[in-house]
Amino acid sequence: MNNISAPLLQVENLCTRFHIPEGTVYAVNGISFTIKEGETLAVVGESGCGKSVTMLSILGLIPLPPGEIVTGKAIFRDKDLIKLSESEFEHLRGDEVAMVFQDPMTSLNPVLTIGKQITETLRTHLGLSQEAADQKAVELLERVGIPEAASRLGNYPHQFSGGMRQRVMIAMALSCNPSLLIADEPTTALDVTIQAQIVELVLHLREQLHMTIIWITHDLGVVAGLADRVIVMYAGFIVEEALVDDLYENPRHPYTLALLGALPRVDRRRDHRLNSIPGAPPNLLVEPQGCPFAPRCTYVIDKCWQENPALIPIAPEHKMACWVDTTTTSNGS
Amino acid sequence: MTDPQPLVVVDNLKKYFPVSSGLVFQKKAGSVRAVDGISFSIAKGETLGLVGESGCGKTTAGRTILNLYPPTAWKITIDNQELSTDSKPDLKEFRRKTAMIFQDPYASLNPRWTISAIVSEPLRVHKLFKTEKERTERVNHLLNLVGLSSRLINRFPHEFSGGQRQRIGVARALASDPLFIVCDEPISALDVSIQAQVVNLLEDLQDQFGLTYLFIAHDLSMVRHICDRVAVMYLGVIVELAERNELYENPLHPYSQALLSAVPIPDPKRDRERRRIILSGDVPSPINPPSGCRFHPRCPVGVERCNTDDPQWHEASPGHWIACNSVTSP
Repeated sequence: MNNISAPLLQVENLCTRFHIPEGTVYAVNGISFTIKEGETLAVVGESGCGKSVTMLSILGLIPLPPGEIVTGKAIFRDKDLIKLSESEFEHLRGDEVAMVFQDPMTSLNPVLTIGKQITETLRTHLGLSQEAADQKAVELLERVGIPEAASRLGNYPHQFSGGMRQRVMIAMALSCNPSLLIADEPTTALDVTIQAQIVELVLHLREQLHMTIIWITHDLGVVAGLADRVIVMYAGFIVEEALVDDLYENPRHPYTLALLGALPRVDRRRDHRLNSIPGAPPNLLVEPQGCPFAPRCTYVIDKCWQENPALIPIAPEHKMACWVDTTTTSNGS
Repeated sequence: MTDPQPLVVVDNLKKYFPVSSGLVFQKKAGSVRAVDGISFSIAKGETLGLVGESGCGKTTAGRTILNLYPPTAWKITIDNQELSTDSKPDLKEFRRKTAMIFQDPYASLNPRWTISAIVSEPLRVHKLFKTEKERTERVNHLLNLVGLSSRLINRFPHEFSGGQRQRIGVARALASDPLFIVCDEPISALDVSIQAQVVNLLEDLQDQFGLTYLFIAHDLSMVRHICDRVAVMYLGVIVELAERNELYENPLHPYSQALLSAVPIPDPKRDRERRRIILSGDVPSPINPPSGCRFHPRCPVGVERCNTDDPQWHEASPGHWIACNSVTSP
């Protein structure tokens, strides 16, 4: 789809834990992935699967303590992000890597005008004068489709609707032309018609600015039309990774299969009951032993309880972590 | 809308919330017309879906139907009991026949009450059983029905996961043997893998007890799966109502068309092929809704008279109702 070339970010064996009074939360348990320049990578998983913690660890946004990055490297353009100091991070964040958060209602400062919040980034990172920054802010707001941008600089966040606030967040993220944009559930708080607007905007901007995007979501529907490659996470592990068409046509991991089976389709008549996944996600306070999905898996074999399968290639550009070959084994249920 | 024997008939339901201005000497400045005259009927054992974006009034409609908000105007018939603005309704009897399942399983259970107290509350309010022992038996039975062990009866809500809490909410709703249950986004706070569990549970209970559901949701894929007929709401009014496959395969109202085209499909090839209708702008304020058709400022096919004329609610084809000036009967 895009001109995909060298790896921009390479994460290796990242392991993040939180030490809280109740014990240790095993949030991310040694995951590795790469994202190439110009690629859109989707990270999919349910709440608590570690998808946001992974990104926050890479950006140095995990509070230490209670957080602890036990092991791992995140090589971004020859720099290991895990080892950066806070002042080096301040230079990196917003400039080379930018993040858009889930809730546009709470990620803007309610007592500062939109203009103030956008120009602050521009003045810090680009050293622009207030006039030049104002002018640039108007350009940015126009680029993300906010009408009468010049007159809206003096408005406060509460004067914008949810969709418009998310556009402002994207404008702020784009202000220094970052090479990597991390979007953490950017459309989850929005209605479907507004979600479609934002997805359309991001697709358009990606084309225009040749951005690399990591899109975190729990919604397998949204990423289908957006991503080049998809990573499926469960309980702090990557369980499957594949090119987008391959993942939806040939899902191989029992969890991916179950997730897709649990989704009703808007474009199809109902032909069966939903396949529900029994049980609930595991308690992250317990140190993982064996495959984390084993208690809910219909393909489970004895080995699953003893040893956690590694993420290994099973086809070109397709990796999976499972002892069972789901294409040849029949479903146990 | 002439079902053979509708269990629930809602006729011209309205709910306005007053808006006041001024800090000390408050004056009435207008009203939010959250629900502005909606009518529908639901047959026994049927599930009617009520969909729309946030702020369209679907939750208010559900709550007003059950009189949790005092209605501005209403006439509702449930199981031949009529309640209206003019009559003095017997709300207690009405509430025994109806129940509600709420959206947020964290906020809708009292954190200081045990599961037993929560689920048996409707039994105590309606004095359905004479002795404590009978009530406990009933609670155990209800918990088993929703797939929870009766050993958990003395636990507190914080000891349960989101999906289990929602099951407790379902057990409470079933306690008084209701005929009609309003499900207000019962699954939208849950993870995908848990959503399917709760949806299947609701379907099983419907088959077992012949329950009638009003299913309020914004997840259009799930609504197609669970509902028999679907009503689309926009800014306090219903703009289209049809049997589910008819609505999803042949939407007539421009708003329904845009809404359906915006739903993501978990299939990359299909998703790339199809044409999205991107609506411009946001939903206008219900304090001062647009004149004529409420959708006209965002409508891609609107004509001149949409700005002034209220669209007529008419049957475009058998069972397919629509309120639009541009779409007339074929």
